[in-house]
Amino acid sequence: MTNETAERSQPRQRPIVPFLRLGEGGEKPYLVARKCKNCGALYWGNRVACARCRQQSGFEEVRVSDRGTLWTYSIVHQSMPGIPVPYVAAIVDLPEGISVRCTLVDVEPDPAKLPFGMPVEMVTRKVREDKDGNEVIAFFFRPAATS
Amino acid sequence: MRDVYVLGVGMIKFGRYPERDVAELAAEAAMLALKDADLTIDDVQLLASGNLFQAHAMVGQRILQQIGQTGIPVINVANACATGSTAFREAYLAVASGEYDIALAVGSEQMGKAGLLGAGERRESVEGILGSGLMPAVFGQAGVEHMRKYGTKIEHFAKISVKNHKHSVKNPLSQYQVEVTLEDVLKARMVAYPNTLYMCCPTGDGAAAAVVVSEEVKKKSNRKAVKVACSVLTSDPWTERDLTLPDVNTLTRNAAQKAYEKAGVGPKDLDLIELHDCFATAELLHYENLGLCPEGEAARAVDEGWFEWGGRQPVNVSGGLLSKGHPLGATGVANIYEIVTHLRGEAGERQVEGAKVGLAHVIGLGSACTIHIFTV
Repeated sequence: MTNETAERSQPRQRPIVPFLRLGEGGEKPYLVARKCKNCGALYWGNRVACARCRQQSGFEEVRVSDRGTLWTYSIVHQSMPGIPVPYVAAIVDLPEGISVRCTLVDVEPDPAKLPFGMPVEMVTRKVREDKDGNEVIAFFFRPAATS
Repeated sequence: MRDVYVLGVGMIKFGRYPERDVAELAAEAAMLALKDADLTIDDVQLLASGNLFQAHAMVGQRILQQIGQTGIPVINVANACATGSTAFREAYLAVASGEYDIALAVGSEQMGKAGLLGAGERRESVEGILGSGLMPAVFGQAGVEHMRKYGTKIEHFAKISVKNHKHSVKNPLSQYQVEVTLEDVLKARMVAYPNTLYMCCPTGDGAAAAVVVSEEVKKKSNRKAVKVACSVLTSDPWTERDLTLPDVNTLTRNAAQKAYEKAGVGPKDLDLIELHDCFATAELLHYENLGLCPEGEAARAVDEGWFEWGGRQPVNVSGGLLSKGHPLGATGVANIYEIVTHLRGEAGERQVEGAKVGLAHVIGLGSACTIHIFTV
C-alpha cells in the first residue's frame, strides 16, 4: 500500500512508443531501431525475420541519431476532432538509413519555410497523462539549431 | 489457366443511402450485372464479395439471402481499397482454374459520412503527435515527394481534379457531377497540403458487380464479352521508406510490369485507363508508375492535356474516385464496370471512341495493388 501511494504522488514518465527511450540519469532521450544482423536493415519494432533479406539472423537494438533531414511532408489542416491544426506531418531521414514519421514543431506550417533536406533535431515533450496518471512523453523534430 | 471473359457488369449510382442495408445495395448491383449478362443467380457457381467496413459480417452470404440462396461457395474479401478488385480477381481465378464456368464478383461499401480515413480512436491516438496516418496527409507526402524530385507544382495536381470533375458530368452514376475550375480547386479548403478539398475523394456508399465466364459460356451467349487479358495482384515490397511512407510507386510499378507482360500489351496500347485517384496527388504519380508518360514528366503531360477525354490516352473518364466517389469495397469493381462499358461501346456520351484495350488499377494502402487489363 505504501508503495502504491508513493507511486501515485510521483508521476512517472512513459514513452508514447516503445522505440522512444527517455534516457536515465540526465541522459537525453533517444530512438532505438532494430537492426538485422545479416543485412543491416533497420526497423521500428520487432520482426520475426528480416523483411528485406528474409534471413532469421536475429536483430540488435541500435541507438539512432537525434538529428536528421526533412525528406517530405504534408501540412494537415483537417484532422480528427480535438486535434489542433495545422500541423506539419513529416518524414525525416536519419543518417543510419532509416526514416521516421513525426510532427515538425517550432516551424511555420508554410511550404516556403520547409525546404527539402532541412536539418532537423529531435525534442521530447509531454503530450498527455494516461489513465494511471503517468506523463506520456512523445518525440518531435524541429529545425536544427545552426552550430 | 484458361481464358476468362466479362459477360455482364452492373453498378448503382454512388452516393449516400443511409436508409439502405449494404447487402441490399450489393444485391441490386448483382442483379444489374446478371441481367446484363442475360443470366440468373441459378447460373452462378461462385460468389466473391468485397466489403471492407463489414469484413467480419458475411456480406456475400447476405447478398444471396437477398437474391437467391443457391448454396454456392462464397468468398468474402477484404484488402483495403483494393477489396473490390481483389474480389473480382478471386472470381476470375475461379473460372481461369477450370473449377467453375460462371462466377459473380460484387464490391460494396456503406461508409456514410465516415470522416477522414485513417482516423482511429482519439484517446490513445498518436495522430498529430507522431506525424499523420490520415490518408490525405499520406498521399500529400507522396505528392510533395514528387514536387521534391521533379519540381511539380500544386497547380499540376489541381488540374487533375478539374479534369476528373469535368469527366464526371457525363457519368450519370457518379456521386458528384459538377465541374470545378482551377481557381475553385486551388481556393478550396486545404485538407492536407497539397491536397485541397476537391483534390480528395469523397466518402460514400455504393456497389458494383461483374459476371465472369469461361469461353464455352461466352460462345453460347449473345451478349458482347470482354476478355480479361490479365489479373495481377501485388503487395508492397521492401523499399527504403515503405516503413514510414507507404511506397505506392514501387507497388504499382511491380504490378504494371507483370500486367503488361502477361497481357502482351504495353502502356501505349491502352485506349483508356481507370486508375486509383484517391487524391489528385496519387493520380499524377501513377501516370509515371503505369508508364503512361516518361519518368519525371507527369507534370508536363498534365499541362499538355494528355489524359483528358479526347486527349491521347484518357484517364478516369468515369470521373475517377475524386468525383465518381470511392465507396472502398465497390471501387475496384466500379473501375472494371467503366472499362468494360467502353470496350463494349456502351458508354454513351462519355464513350472513348473505338476503345479496344483498357486498364483498371487500384491500390489499397498497407499495401495491395491490382491491375486488370481488358481487351476486345
